[in-house]
Amino acid sequence: MKRLLLAATAAAGLLFSSASAFSADKLLNASYDVARELFVDINKAFVAHHEGVTVDQSHAGTSKQARAIADGLAADVVTFNQVTDIDFLVRQGLVSDDWQKEFPDNASPFYSLPSFLVRAGNPKNIRDWEDLARDDVQIIFPNPKTSGNARYTYLAATAYAREKFSGDETKVKEFVTRIFNNVPVFDTGGRAATTTFAERGIGDVLITFESETQGIANEYGTDKYEQVVPSVSLLAEFPVAIVDKVVDQNGSRDLAKSYLDFLYSPEGQKIEAEHGLRVRDEAIAAGFKDKFPDVRLVTVEEVFGGWDKVQAEHFAEGALLDQAYGNR
Amino acid sequence: MTAVPARAGWRFRQPSVIPGFGLTLGLSLAYLTLIILIPLSGLAWRSASLGWPQFWTLVTDSRTVNALKISFGTALAAAAVNVVFGTVVAWVLVRYRFPGRRVVDAMVDLPFALPTAVAGIALTTLYAPNGWIGALVGPLGIKVAYTPLGIVVALVFIGLPFVVRTVQPVMEEIDREVEEAAATLGASRFQTITRVLFPGLAPAIVTGFALAFARGVGEYGSVIFIAGNLPNISEIAPLLIIIRLEEYNYPAATAIAAVMLIISFAMLLVINMLQSWSRKRYG
Repeated sequence: MKRLLLAATAAAGLLFSSASAFSADKLLNASYDVARELFVDINKAFVAHHEGVTVDQSHAGTSKQARAIADGLAADVVTFNQVTDIDFLVRQGLVSDDWQKEFPDNASPFYSLPSFLVRAGNPKNIRDWEDLARDDVQIIFPNPKTSGNARYTYLAATAYAREKFSGDETKVKEFVTRIFNNVPVFDTGGRAATTTFAERGIGDVLITFESETQGIANEYGTDKYEQVVPSVSLLAEFPVAIVDKVVDQNGSRDLAKSYLDFLYSPEGQKIEAEHGLRVRDEAIAAGFKDKFPDVRLVTVEEVFGGWDKVQAEHFAEGALLDQAYGNR
Repeated sequence: MTAVPARAGWRFRQPSVIPGFGLTLGLSLAYLTLIILIPLSGLAWRSASLGWPQFWTLVTDSRTVNALKISFGTALAAAAVNVVFGTVVAWVLVRYRFPGRRVVDAMVDLPFALPTAVAGIALTTLYAPNGWIGALVGPLGIKVAYTPLGIVVALVFIGLPFVVRTVQPVMEEIDREVEEAAATLGASRFQTITRVLFPGLAPAIVTGFALAFARGVGEYGSVIFIAGNLPNISEIAPLLIIIRLEEYNYPAATAIAAVMLIISFAMLLVINMLQSWSRKRYG
């Protein structure tokens, strides 16, 4: 019995020591739902520079990811598409509260914007947000309550309406509600909405991240779909952060930092641009100029006064977003 | 029997010649506690921390009430459909011998095995306005995908094996001679079904209904693809729970979950009582 106990302790010790020795060669990146293809390429390029390192991927809606990490998913880094979900991790004490200063550009190595995809020839002549409120237009975007992607769409439409009606809140509300009333299906995620639009043939226009509309146009052929970039849209930052509590446990802080730094390197930026994301590196961005038409981007800080306010005034239960669904 | 003298008063268990009562009961209780009781008491604990007035506001919110109505309504409708057609399927499988019977028999289990998301996507592809079936019924003014009807379709698919697999074995137990005896005693065919066969099958049918219904209420994977998920129209309660979680609104999520649990439990209790009543009545 004593010997058994000893052996077990030794085995456990071996297990733990080997775990800590190897963990610095291993990263887990918890990311958003539609980032699979992007990070397959990024990881391949990153690992080529770091002998013996493996990067594991986990993809899901980022609120779900944030909850999983709070419940113990040991992700070393997060690459999300919503600032609020990292803020949640800050409140849980997993990420330091100055995470946005740890990396350049608000810790957002690339960005995108809600953009439109219409059927070939643009039969309904959809040019801008205004056209979405017309009675004869059916719109597809995922459920803003379950999809970060669609929350940007909601905010972008609201930002447009605020400019148009010079801040008249009743008119803004009415405008946004009219857009929501034109949505026949609320899928739970960005990809599902893409399927509804492209495979089921429902709706006249799909609103999703520009990175996604570019991917669809490439996948299904430009003879079937056309991209329409609205006159103004919302800057959608894709924030990254080190999960302090996890890297301190795994001893993987250095590796995590160099992984996130890689996203800012010219090589990383090129891969991101190839995946339809707008990048910060000006030299790389210039090379992809044809792909990304000029668009005026407003930020959440400018229009809404920051994410905390957005969360309280728009996204909370019963707040403005819930009201936009109307009573149909 | 006579070896054990009947003692007066209440006893914890009826005497039995089979040993191992303590061990098996202990194991069962430990297992049930681990698998069912602990997770559910966690749920109860969390929603209890809400306080009654807050809990009541959360669950009487019109959107929540509508979601619950949709979930329970569509699950009831789907279970009702399955009771009728599931019993017919079971009857065909038990009573007739025909080529391909085993294949049909195996097919019944497919909804068990198929990942529900796959089922949802497949059904949506079929019933969407541009799908095979959707394009057929569309001109008649029937919309299936992205309406509550679509939810019922998905739940019918998911629930069918529950009815067939509970009714089938009971049906196999009924001897053909019983029917023949009924016939010789002058019963019409209709009487044979309603007065001889049905009473024996009723408890199994009720169980099948309960299982299909309970499965339908909690179903998420297949439904979200076909439902359209419009608030107050085709938004099911499990989706609303996810939505509340996305808001990091754990109290509201647990409140909805608790209400679903209470309603389901109450309905299953009623169904169980109905079953034991029918067993006494006909059994």
